[in-house]
Amino acid sequence: MSTPFLSVRDLRVHFSTEDGIVKAVDGLSFDLEKGKTLGIVGESGSGKSVTNLAILGLHNRERTALEGEIVLDGQELLTASERTLEKLRGNKMSMIFQDALASLSPYHKIGVQIAETYRKHTGASKKEARDRAIEMLRRVGIPQPETRVDDYPHQFSGGMRQRAMIAMALVCDPELLIADEPTTALDVTVQAQIMDLLKDLQQEFGTAIIFITHDLGVIADIADDVLVMYGGRCVERGTKKQVLSTADHPYTLGLLNSMPSLDGPVDVPLSPIPGSPPSLLNPPSGCRFHPRCAFAEKVAGGLCSTERPTLEVADGRGSACHLTAEQKRELFSDFAATRHN
Amino acid sequence: MFRFLVRRTIGAAVILLIISAITFFLFYVAPRDPARVACGKVCTPQTLALVKHNLGIDDPLPVQYWHWLEGVFMGRDYASYGHCNAPCLGYSFINREPVTGIILDRFPTTISLALGSAVVFFVFGVGTGMIAAVKQGKALDKIASSASLIGSSLQIYIVGIVAMFYLSDEWHLLPRPNDNSGFTDNAGAWFGGFILPWFVLAIIFTANYTRMTRSQLVETLSEDYVRTARAKGLSGRTVFFRFAWRGAMGPIVTILGLDLGSLLGGAVITEQTFGLHGIGAVSVKAVKDMDLPMLLGVTMVAAGAIVVFNIVVDAVYALIDPRVRLA
Repeated sequence: MSTPFLSVRDLRVHFSTEDGIVKAVDGLSFDLEKGKTLGIVGESGSGKSVTNLAILGLHNRERTALEGEIVLDGQELLTASERTLEKLRGNKMSMIFQDALASLSPYHKIGVQIAETYRKHTGASKKEARDRAIEMLRRVGIPQPETRVDDYPHQFSGGMRQRAMIAMALVCDPELLIADEPTTALDVTVQAQIMDLLKDLQQEFGTAIIFITHDLGVIADIADDVLVMYGGRCVERGTKKQVLSTADHPYTLGLLNSMPSLDGPVDVPLSPIPGSPPSLLNPPSGCRFHPRCAFAEKVAGGLCSTERPTLEVADGRGSACHLTAEQKRELFSDFAATRHN
Repeated sequence: MFRFLVRRTIGAAVILLIISAITFFLFYVAPRDPARVACGKVCTPQTLALVKHNLGIDDPLPVQYWHWLEGVFMGRDYASYGHCNAPCLGYSFINREPVTGIILDRFPTTISLALGSAVVFFVFGVGTGMIAAVKQGKALDKIASSASLIGSSLQIYIVGIVAMFYLSDEWHLLPRPNDNSGFTDNAGAWFGGFILPWFVLAIIFTANYTRMTRSQLVETLSEDYVRTARAKGLSGRTVFFRFAWRGAMGPIVTILGLDLGSLLGGAVITEQTFGLHGIGAVSVKAVKDMDLPMLLGVTMVAAGAIVVFNIVVDAVYALIDPRVRLA
């Protein structure tokens, strides 16, 4: 196997706070190839966004301890200088942020914000960059881009702002695009349009996409591979089909069961995962999910609360759980409703 | 923008009218009779009546106020002085001169003091605030923050006198503060005369700007759009000035405008401390002398400065932040 386009190895992101060290990401590895989409799922505080900010090198280096390896197309990113990163950001790798209203500068025109990325990385003239901005706005489906290019973000609707954000992220034809819950704040119709847009652009340019979300429906729509995060660690990974239809970790199963299914019986109540997300300041011992896990007692010797389960990955598929394969087959089948995929 | 200016100018005129009326009636219910003061030690009832007539204060109050307003817009005649051109803010009994002339005469000192110290405190305040924000939590931040706390608790009449004593009288480093030279007739002497008051006045204001700039920048530096700007690959300098500072400057400019407005109304304590003869000194003398027309005049100038700068601030704010709509 050749070297992957993006390779993250044993990434650890720790923040020092007044109360102690927050282990936001604690040993995460994954690969991503060009033209593929990796969906990262997990609840708030599971380390999804932190991971991706680390790829772009956007953490405050003085307050953040970063360990491990992030290699993008042969370039090591964690040890790279700020100058090197500046050249890559917005150019080879770029990011679509969650809240477009807060993430676009209220003080600058949409067109200017798109154009300045282009000018910075290509050295284009003002005029060229402006034309490029108009072209990008047209491509993401903004009507009358020639006039809207001079609008400010507050003059755009929510969906248009998100499109503008996407236009800005794509202006230099990035090879890696990180989308951090780009559709969370949008209504479903606009959400579907944005997803289609991303898929089209990926087909056109072969962009590698990391799609962060807590919405499994969105994952089912866009991802090739899925990585489920819990408490700063990967608990399960595999192809979309593997993860969504044959979940191999109690947490993934819990996520799936807390979602309504279109083809399942209507009168089956949804079952939420009990408890609340773990503290990253003082994470649970052993498996971080064990205090909320329905099957923790089934494992002999209370292993779940003492020993961290290893993530055994074979052929891109794996999960970190102490349950044996037979136990899972037996326990999960009682639990799982039929799933659409 | 044009409609905004028209609307605000009309509003400002109304406000000034109200202020003038309140001030006028307030001063005229004062227990001391200005005619009695002007009349002198030996004052017969006949002389008193004559003085009253000459001063134009033998009419009922509303009529007097009307005359005053007429004077402001069209000028008026005084029996004891002659014609006073519009805008005639009144006639000072004590100085035997029209109020407008006295104010115009003293205004250069006030402007020099206000603008000069504004440059000093804005540059120093914003500069240290920026350093403190960038070095958040580090030694430099703590030094800047404590210095600003100390600065804001200092008083001009102490710092000013100490500074004058050592810097001018003892060590002869700076000229003694004076307003003998205007900017146009001898810029060097003007600069020398004002440099000490500028810095002393600035000490007190600087602290506000340091704290304001620091807290604003700390806030904007953690804004999502600043992170986006970094994610676009822009350099740290560009991100700081084009994004973080742009977001931080609105409130700072607002405070600057209001401070300038109040400084142009006369820095009473500063002028007294340094023996400068600006609007502040005129106000103090007018109060001491019970010089009502003079008091009314300086009140109107101070109020006018604040009202005008309020409009300027709103207009500038709209230029900084496109989300603010002027209407």
